[in-house]
Amino acid sequence: MIGAQLAGLYGTGAAPANTAYESIATVSLSGAQSTIDFTGISSTYKHLQLRGILLNAVSGDNVAIRLGNGSIDTGSNYASHQLQGDGSSASAAASTSQTAAYLSGVCQASSSYPFAFVYDILDYSNTNKYKTIRGLSGQDGNGTGTPTSWRVQLISGLWQSTSAVTNVRVYLPAGNLGNYSQVALYGIKG
Amino acid sequence: MAAGATYTPIATTTLGSAQSSVTFSSLGSYTDIFLRVTATNDTPATSNMQLRFNGDTGTNYSYTRLLGNGSSASSSNGANQTAMAFAYYADDPNDFGVMEANIQNFSNTTTYKPVISRGSVATVMVSAYVGTWRSTAAITSITILNSSGVNFKAGSTFTIWGIQAA
Repeated sequence: MIGAQLAGLYGTGAAPANTAYESIATVSLSGAQSTIDFTGISSTYKHLQLRGILLNAVSGDNVAIRLGNGSIDTGSNYASHQLQGDGSSASAAASTSQTAAYLSGVCQASSSYPFAFVYDILDYSNTNKYKTIRGLSGQDGNGTGTPTSWRVQLISGLWQSTSAVTNVRVYLPAGNLGNYSQVALYGIKG
Repeated sequence: MAAGATYTPIATTTLGSAQSSVTFSSLGSYTDIFLRVTATNDTPATSNMQLRFNGDTGTNYSYTRLLGNGSSASSSNGANQTAMAFAYYADDPNDFGVMEANIQNFSNTTTYKPVISRGSVATVMVSAYVGTWRSTAAITSITILNSSGVNFKAGSTFTIWGIQAA
């Protein structure tokens, strides 16, 4: 059972029977848009997973996530840690008391090279604990432009609330998500 | 919100004898492919595990990686490659590492194809990679090979799952 739960967490366990991992909703952009929102998420599942690609992002911006119960929390209730490689060196960063979980470190504006991610929101409906986000993400641009602007990241994020998550927002604080961006939400049963 | 069961096993191969590569075709219609490999080489040769798509052997691949070898963390990249490195794995024939790759939006015909991946080999390295195949073609076949040109050892296992977005 544990292995089945973990299977959706970008592959850290045995694959589940396919009834344990369900697609919930998908947003695919046909033009620029400021946010991608998922609302009314039921408490049916044990964990949530976001999978997607982003294009035409604002260079140097973070991919950010906000969570909420009934509405998105915009308070200073988020923290994050990042371990990343830029093709030249490895580095780490952290932030606390933020208004969003900043997950990517940096995302490059590109209509060709997608930023890809898999983010897990663990125990999202539990009302006894803060909510943890764990992720793998990155964008590689074949050394074009500034070569060290392309990065791979391991991230963790925290929403300091014991409320169940019913709302999820993916956005770029400094600009719009671009055309052909797609974010899909999945639920993992436990 | 609508919900649909997904994360469907597509195919698995366990090598009965050493071979240099494994190819999956007939990928089905999904949004993402998840690939998991447990493998080592049959002769000592430290390697990157690599991907090729649709039999493309041109210099259309690139990657950026993050490595930890137990004493330090480092990063490097490769541009204009003939295959996409997606995990670092050991040259110890007894050490079957675990390598996992998310091939995102693989069937769209609009964007280049990104892959984000992780590798874990206890005796050598932990790694995370991001790569791009510079093609807007839908991916119809996936070939797993290694940068050293040696054989994967018998017992190495390669499995793919399809994940369909709502």
